[in-house]
Amino acid sequence: MSEKTAVRKEQEIDDKATLMPPVDVFEDAAGITLYADLPGVPKEGLNLQVDVDTLTIEGEISLNLPAEMEASHREIGLPRYRRVFTLSRELDREKVAAEFNQGVLKLRIPKAEHAQPRKIEVKVV
Amino acid sequence: MYRTLFSRDLFSELERLQREMQQSIDFSPSIRGLPRGGFPAMNIGHTPKSVEIYAFAPGVDPATIDVQIEKSVLTIAGERKVDLPAKEDKATIHIDERFAGRFRRVVTLPDDVDANAVAAQYRDGVLHISIPRREAAQARRIKIQ
Repeated sequence: MSEKTAVRKEQEIDDKATLMPPVDVFEDAAGITLYADLPGVPKEGLNLQVDVDTLTIEGEISLNLPAEMEASHREIGLPRYRRVFTLSRELDREKVAAEFNQGVLKLRIPKAEHAQPRKIEVKVV
Repeated sequence: MYRTLFSRDLFSELERLQREMQQSIDFSPSIRGLPRGGFPAMNIGHTPKSVEIYAFAPGVDPATIDVQIEKSVLTIAGERKVDLPAKEDKATIHIDERFAGRFRRVVTLPDDVDANAVAAQYRDGVLHISIPRREAAQARRIKIQ
């Protein structure tokens, strides 16, 4: 690997540094509900991706800071969030529903019909 | 050519990690602490004309947030309700990281702020408070005659 590419890679890593948003994940018989906190992300800055077995949540923070502002204290030190989850097989990727309101993302991932619990009748002979 | 045992990427990754740790330790201590990891997370900045405060409080009804300034101390308080599943749903909680409950954060402001002209705005889960500084405190250019 030449020096040039090494330098470029370093920059890429810096550019890709992200914050990990806190999430809540609940599961009931019909599916999984996920909430993620992404404050400062406008609707157009949110990027959700569902692949074969991964769910990727990405958000770009946009705050419209005054141009001449100097930061004196910073707890949110990076402009973007990212978190990746592995989806298990029984979840239905086609039917993911998303709501995004005041910085909170709500995702509902239902279980595929064949994976939903069925009550098995016990016959008395 | 000289070769290292580890790839460059690993080193830059370690460097980044170290930088992040340093950033999280290195902040000017205030008597009120400004602890990290509190809710809401806060970014504070200043311009020559104002102090700008950003409180990251997603999913909070802005009408229930209480913002007060008293003797150049700013308090942000409120409550965040999180939709945990009802018991009868028989849901399993796999991950539970989001903040829930009452919160309160206090920030000391510079002496020259004008507490009567505060503007507060809530957008995309961020509460932005802008407090102008009094004119007397703003740097003035003095004309030489």
